[in-house]
Amino acid sequence: MPERPLSPHLSVYKFKYTLVTSIANRFAGFVLSVGLLILVYWLVSLAAGARAYAQARGILSLGVFKPIYFLLLAAFVYHLVAGVRHLVWDCGLGLERASARRSAWLVAAVSIALTLILAYFLLGPGMHTK
Amino acid sequence: MSLRSPLGRILGRGSAKEGVHHWWLQRLTSVALVPLSIGFLASLLALPALDYASLVAWLRQSGTALGLILFVLVAARHSQLGMRVVIEDYVHGEGLKTVALVLINFAHVLISAVAVFAVLKVALGGRL
Repeated sequence: MPERPLSPHLSVYKFKYTLVTSIANRFAGFVLSVGLLILVYWLVSLAAGARAYAQARGILSLGVFKPIYFLLLAAFVYHLVAGVRHLVWDCGLGLERASARRSAWLVAAVSIALTLILAYFLLGPGMHTK
Repeated sequence: MSLRSPLGRILGRGSAKEGVHHWWLQRLTSVALVPLSIGFLASLLALPALDYASLVAWLRQSGTALGLILFVLVAARHSQLGMRVVIEDYVHGEGLKTVALVLINFAHVLISAVAVFAVLKVALGGRL
């Protein structure tokens, strides 16, 4: 069979906001897949007993994890909000150019606001007491 | 000239009504994950402390254990479906692509089993 170019043809598109919303959703999904590993590690440490959990908690509370948790939080919020946008599209709604552009801005605004608010409560000064 | 019948040539080359399976499962899991993920996070963060005793007590509530098992299973399936598309899009060599897809499938099944076992071990375990 002759070699044919395969989709996605990443380099042929003119830059548009749709590229950003799409690849951000995919990247967020990838980040959350990695986050699943952290969740499972945490659950396994819990199942392994008090000492193992204390050790895992010590590791997961290290300062280097803070930016990772922020990234996970942002990825979760964006993937959730952008995912709902996709589900609305799947119902055949909001596909026109104008409304798609509006919903892109809405998703961005809601995601940033929710991420910052949740980050303040979850990763802010209060979290260390837990 | 081929001696194969038109039907024989077309069978097994993709069919109607099967092609949407991946797409549909991705949507189904995403809908389920909206309440499951929010519920898991809200329930976890409502805890007064994240020490061992509080978490064990939390996981021994049937609703928590059941919700967490559902969340991890559905999230792992959703993740596997998503990673599959990413690999299919960006890994072009047939051999490497197949190996990557197999590994991703195995990894997700392993993660699901380990997580469910861990939750059950805590939830059904004896005294501390």
